Amino acid sequence: MALSPTGRRRAGRADPLFRAGTGAVAVLVIAVVLGILAVLVNDSMLSVRKFGLSFWRTRTWDPVAGEFGALPFIWGTLYSSILALVLALPVSLGIAIFLSELCPRWLRQPLAFLTELLAAIPSIVYGLWGIFVLAPGVRWLEVHTPEVLRRTPFFSGPPLGVGMLAAGLVLAVMVIPFTATVAREILKAVPVSQREAAYALGATRWEAIRLAVHYGRIGIIGAVMLGFGRALGETMAVTMVIGNNPQVALSLFAPQHTMAAVIANEFTEAADTLYLNALVEIGLVLFLITIAINGLSRLLIWRMDRTKTRPTVVKTVPLAA
Amino acid sequence: MTFLCALSVVIALVPLAFILFFVLRQGLPALNWAFFTEMPKPVGETGGGMANAIVGTGILIGLAALIAVPIGITCGVYITEFNTTRLAPAVRFAADILNGVPSIVIGVFAYAIAVLPFRRFSALAGGVALGVMMIPIIVRTTEELLALVPSSLREGALALGATRGRAVATVILPAALPGIVTGVLVALARVAGETAPLLFTAFNNRFFSTALGQPIGSLTVQIFTYAISPYEDWHRQAWAGATVLIAAVLAFSLLARAVTRRLERMHRG
Amino acid sequence: MEDEASVVDQPGIRIQTAVRTDAVPEAERQAITIRNVQFYYGEKQVLFDIGMDIGENRVTALIGPSGCGKSTLLRCLNRMNDLIEGARIRGEVKVKDRDIYGAGVDVIEVRRRIGMVFQKSNPFPKSIYDNVVYGLRIAGQRDRRKLDEACEASLQRAALWDEAKDRLQESALSLSGGQQQRLCIARAIAVEPEILLMDEPSSALDPLAAVKIEELIYSLKERYTIVIVTHNLQQAARVSDKTAFFWLGRLVEYGATPQMFTNPREKLTEDYITGRFG
Repeated sequence: MALSPTGRRRAGRADPLFRAGTGAVAVLVIAVVLGILAVLVNDSMLSVRKFGLSFWRTRTWDPVAGEFGALPFIWGTLYSSILALVLALPVSLGIAIFLSELCPRWLRQPLAFLTELLAAIPSIVYGLWGIFVLAPGVRWLEVHTPEVLRRTPFFSGPPLGVGMLAAGLVLAVMVIPFTATVAREILKAVPVSQREAAYALGATRWEAIRLAVHYGRIGIIGAVMLGFGRALGETMAVTMVIGNNPQVALSLFAPQHTMAAVIANEFTEAADTLYLNALVEIGLVLFLITIAINGLSRLLIWRMDRTKTRPTVVKTVPLAA
Repeated sequence: MTFLCALSVVIALVPLAFILFFVLRQGLPALNWAFFTEMPKPVGETGGGMANAIVGTGILIGLAALIAVPIGITCGVYITEFNTTRLAPAVRFAADILNGVPSIVIGVFAYAIAVLPFRRFSALAGGVALGVMMIPIIVRTTEELLALVPSSLREGALALGATRGRAVATVILPAALPGIVTGVLVALARVAGETAPLLFTAFNNRFFSTALGQPIGSLTVQIFTYAISPYEDWHRQAWAGATVLIAAVLAFSLLARAVTRRLERMHRG
Repeated sequence: MEDEASVVDQPGIRIQTAVRTDAVPEAERQAITIRNVQFYYGEKQVLFDIGMDIGENRVTALIGPSGCGKSTLLRCLNRMNDLIEGARIRGEVKVKDRDIYGAGVDVIEVRRRIGMVFQKSNPFPKSIYDNVVYGLRIAGQRDRRKLDEACEASLQRAALWDEAKDRLQESALSLSGGQQQRLCIARAIAVEPEILLMDEPSSALDPLAAVKIEELIYSLKERYTIVIVTHNLQQAARVSDKTAFFWLGRLVEYGATPQMFTNPREKLTEDYITGRFG
């Protein structure tokens, strides 16, 4: 090997350098995640120390008076996200089933493309549409709600248009493409042999579909949770249609608030450090909740992949066949 | 039952049709030459445009790419090349977490590290926020594409005496490049539409500015500001802005698709 | 089951086959009559002029090299090929004098009366019990007692009851491969089909498990008509009463198993059985 002494030395040093260099950048990414956590914890310390857990039980959010109660935000976040999920789930499942089982071949690609398009629309555009198109529409609905429903706590209050219902609807529309796409992948992954077994026993097409959904139920739940995680962190579209009123209300017509929305709206106005810390504390909890939900959903979807190839292990020892 | 499933497809597509319809109906008429070349007029005056915001978005995603692409690709390279170490799965996990962090929280993070120390909003801070959001997307794309490169390529390079680093830089990365470019385009499309993380990093700027150390306008924040205002004219312009935004996102998506298709054809043939 | 081993003598090739020499009488009735069947995948024809009768309460084996169309024909018998896009059939397949491809025939009903067991066992990710009674449930049977009875009866007939009776609520996936296949057989017979189709039922199993399946087939013959596709010639020779040999989509020869294996009429059949090709 005719390699000059310098050449050999260079080659020897390059590889550890490559590894160290790329490794350093990899560590940087981990550092960023830890950094986010660190920043959130550090910049909320004041609020955490001062209010403790009562922060999350207090209803009043009045920064001017120095009262910081974050209950309305966690209430609004959970209410809007769960509402969005309830609305989105049947539609997403319907789309997933349609695309994987019922759709004529020529329609498949264009529909899939349209679903992707729906997922790519920026949040602000949904918000714009929400303010000028959806909210008036919801207002019309609210005005025309029958009297008997208006007596119930869910439909009480002035018909403003903006409020929990509008927020739930916008979120549902935003969540549907994600959940539908993941659910579709899960259904596609159901082995053909399962379906054949069902048909051979005299199943109708719908019974076979039910079986496929049953087979993929864990993954579908994971898909739903993924959508839930997205809804939790959604900011712009929600803040434009929810009314931004920090109150805990049962009514769908009432304007309310969410964790992400209050940070977006009030961060630049936070005059004193305590105010800022309170907002960051809200951000910290939002961060932790979304990580937990996303982690759980990923676990479920991953579990789905593994049960395909290996059956669940059972305690009893299977006897030889 | 089939009817119900088909109905759900229709239900999902109705908002899409609605949105596109309204965006085009309200936005297209408001799109004129002035929109692309003029600055916002003072409150109360009609007319003006979003030139500064459009340029601002361009600068911001440029900054984001500058930050995220090198970091993301290098990280993806590490995960693929050294995937037997203990660090690799940890990094992958961290990237996954980062991907799921709400954009507003990323904004808070960027505020803490890029706004507070300098005591002012800046384009740089906005770029940092968007960059952090782009990183996990690029890491994942790079990882997936490097895995697609046939190992025979790597072995060939190593057999010729290349060091690992050289092999990656000169043979493997170039082979995966078209796909990585696609991934970058997709990521750019995504962050171009972000508003929340810019609200308190890049903030906003009514005037034309390209200075990195100053607040800068962006299409998304401008749309937001106009949308929540009480002025009809500003509402019109908000729709126009939305049209431009969607057109840009669509353009990026189609471009990315075209590149992916060409990439597939290359690999197959 | 096996009587004497007979050796098929060919220059240079000796095959040990345990062939039953007890000649089984021809069936009194034909369970399935197949006439002039042509089958196409799109433009490509894969079955040509198939005509044969399948005797009631007999085991009929379909043999032939890969791609000869035996599995395709099997799947025609319970209209499973309807699920494949572009598949077309011409001709007649009559079960109890009714053409199953005739107008106004309910394909669901056809599939209930003609059961199928697949090459790779495919139990549902449900409990053993739920697997066995699945067919009955979708047929509308809700009575818990009837389901229990049917479950026990089917598992008994599939020779799985003793191993499964204490774990009916456990996941079917916890069974071994051979047990899962017997579960699939139990599941298929729980709906009381008249005919049982088996597509290479033991090819994915180890030899011990395969033998159990063969014994099972032999015992099931009393209640059901069985058609089995197999590429294992010894298995066909051991288990079946009549054998049909297919080649390139055509039925080459069809006759009583002992005679097919010791003294086939067609040279092609002889070449295949002695291992000259396929």
